[in-house]
Amino acid sequence: MNKPLPDPVPASIEEAQVRWQSQYDAQIGDDAPVHNRSGIPIRPLYTPLDIDAARFDQDVGYPGEPPFTRGIYATMHRGRTWTQRQLIGLGTPATYNERLRDILAQGASAVSLIPCNSVFRGYDMDEVDEELLGTCGVVCNSADHMDACLAGVDLASTSCAMNDPSPFTLLAFMLATARRRGVDWRAISGTSNQSDCLSHYVANHMFFRIALPGARRILVDHIAWCNEHLPRWNPLSVVGQHMQQAGATPAEAMAFTLSSAIQYADDCVAAGMSPDAFLPRFTFFFDISLSFFEEIAKFRAGRRIWARVTRERYGARDPRSWRLKFHAQTSGVDLTRQQPLNNIARVTAQAMAGIFGGLQSLHTDAYDEALSCPTAYGARIAVATQNILREEAHLTDVIDPLGGSYYVEALTNEMEERIVAVMDDVEAAGGMYRAVEAGLVQRRIGESARRFQARIDSGEQTVVGVNAYTVDEDASARPALPKPDAALMRAHLDDFARWKTRRSQSAVGSALDSVARAAHSRDQNIFGAVVAAAEAGCTHGEICGSLRRELGFGHPLIAV
Amino acid sequence: MNADTMRLRPKVLVTKIGLDGHDRGSRIVAAHLRDAGMEVVYTPPWQSIDAVVKLALEEDVDVIGVSSLATDHLIVPKLMRALAAAGLGDVVVIVGGIVPDEDEKMLVDAGVARVFHPGASLDDIATFVADAAARVRAIRFPAEDLAR
Repeated sequence: MNKPLPDPVPASIEEAQVRWQSQYDAQIGDDAPVHNRSGIPIRPLYTPLDIDAARFDQDVGYPGEPPFTRGIYATMHRGRTWTQRQLIGLGTPATYNERLRDILAQGASAVSLIPCNSVFRGYDMDEVDEELLGTCGVVCNSADHMDACLAGVDLASTSCAMNDPSPFTLLAFMLATARRRGVDWRAISGTSNQSDCLSHYVANHMFFRIALPGARRILVDHIAWCNEHLPRWNPLSVVGQHMQQAGATPAEAMAFTLSSAIQYADDCVAAGMSPDAFLPRFTFFFDISLSFFEEIAKFRAGRRIWARVTRERYGARDPRSWRLKFHAQTSGVDLTRQQPLNNIARVTAQAMAGIFGGLQSLHTDAYDEALSCPTAYGARIAVATQNILREEAHLTDVIDPLGGSYYVEALTNEMEERIVAVMDDVEAAGGMYRAVEAGLVQRRIGESARRFQARIDSGEQTVVGVNAYTVDEDASARPALPKPDAALMRAHLDDFARWKTRRSQSAVGSALDSVARAAHSRDQNIFGAVVAAAEAGCTHGEICGSLRRELGFGHPLIAV
Repeated sequence: MNADTMRLRPKVLVTKIGLDGHDRGSRIVAAHLRDAGMEVVYTPPWQSIDAVVKLALEEDVDVIGVSSLATDHLIVPKLMRALAAAGLGDVVVIVGGIVPDEDEKMLVDAGVARVFHPGASLDDIATFVADAAARVRAIRFPAEDLAR
């Protein structure tokens, strides 16, 4: 009979590590260094030596309690999965409504309205090139238009995100619609998705802008007004997504977002609001790139930092104030025009990173977004991707399933260090407004964008179908483009012109006067005046025009 | 640098017309062309067509690069007509960004020299711009003029 083999000599972890390292070094050959997008060097293996088990309570803990590394709710996705919120908008209000109902019937659970770029830029449809109307979002210029956009949608029970930059006319139009339908404003829920004026200055020059001091004042007024009148509305969404799409690394994007949130919270405190009155309604919006583990660590680290900031800097006592509650969107920059169906795989991986990162709400990009505004077919696949991940793939059975992974915990710690270092730079510059006015943030984002492009150009970062695995493609296989119907748009323009002459001109004139007066009065709330103007029949372009005249236009602050 | 070699340096205007402001691409391209030795005039987004024509005239550019990520390419034909009307029909116009195939044909028919899509290499763009600028210069400043 064979003698049993002797057990291997028990080794300490340190000894085992040395043994493995020598094996690794002998076998790996040419081991190119690996860095993630935030510049953190990534080792080939992580072990108990990379984390401090004694710091479990401070660094990891339990979901639903500080430091919230594992999630902001005790039940997380096992209790309630994320909100499926697809961004849509195209054409006229009637076209939008048709697409919205389709998406809701397919499983989307909330509304997200994206208006035409003309709306983003503060104009009515009769003030811009007709060719551009409705090509990227719905042409919504009045309370009547909003009523048509949301026909058949129960405003008391459906969360509505409005992609609505300052001065928040879309929300004002929705409130006017709610009043007409007899819906109590206190039941209205959703988010002002584009309220973060700093992110527009830094990264996404897409939105109507009032010169920064005016935009800053309007935002504080908006938060105060919503806190008073709309208890279920989130007046602020601090946006890291724009900055990461513009080129910020994941760590930089999280840092600039949290620094912006600090700036806004400082402003609210200065305006006399109590932190526990406004912090529970702060929400966040992040990008999810294809750097899978880095994104997960970004979200875990961000939650930890925000829990610390809200308690230590603001003395918040309400646990709702401590929670980094966020919506996330899969990164469009990572999608390719080449072999567009491959984007479904990319979006799936990005969405999984967001889910493991503990998001509250998710938009998955359609595979055809690198070709055009998404087709209905592309949008359906994006919704189905979420349905599959949520209900077929068993991703939600366990809370924070990657928690405790040596790599994920170590990377969370390292991402936190990087993020805090950038936040310290912003603080040293005098806060986000100062840092943006000085061009510091824009420069940093521009440099990171170029660095990443250089990695793609050199082949260091593979992009399938672009710098590797390229194939000759049949362009006819690409989807047919969604284009707004020119005849419908012309009719929409004609209706608008007729309606404008039928309005009570005196009501419109006096409401616009009130907006202008509020802009110069510290005692009046600008957003309150905007809501009244929307109810009086003022258009989006009229309200924006009035504020542009009173508070000055915000020119781009660009550093190339 | 003497006047003639200055004149031989390609001069390119990188801009965005219309309503959208996604400028990551235009900034990266502008910086790359600058680093490739060209003279780059860069504008913020939201330029009107009139403003671009005026700038092209004042700055005497060889090439105009229009970046479009969100359908603003649909008004590039208007820009082409305005350039021609201003006597700038020889300026080479290129477009970069998200341009669907059927719209690319419309742009080429309107006189756009080339459309660069997502994934285009920066070096390819620089080579194209340099060659285009050389062609424009050859027409505007025939060799005998330069030799004088």
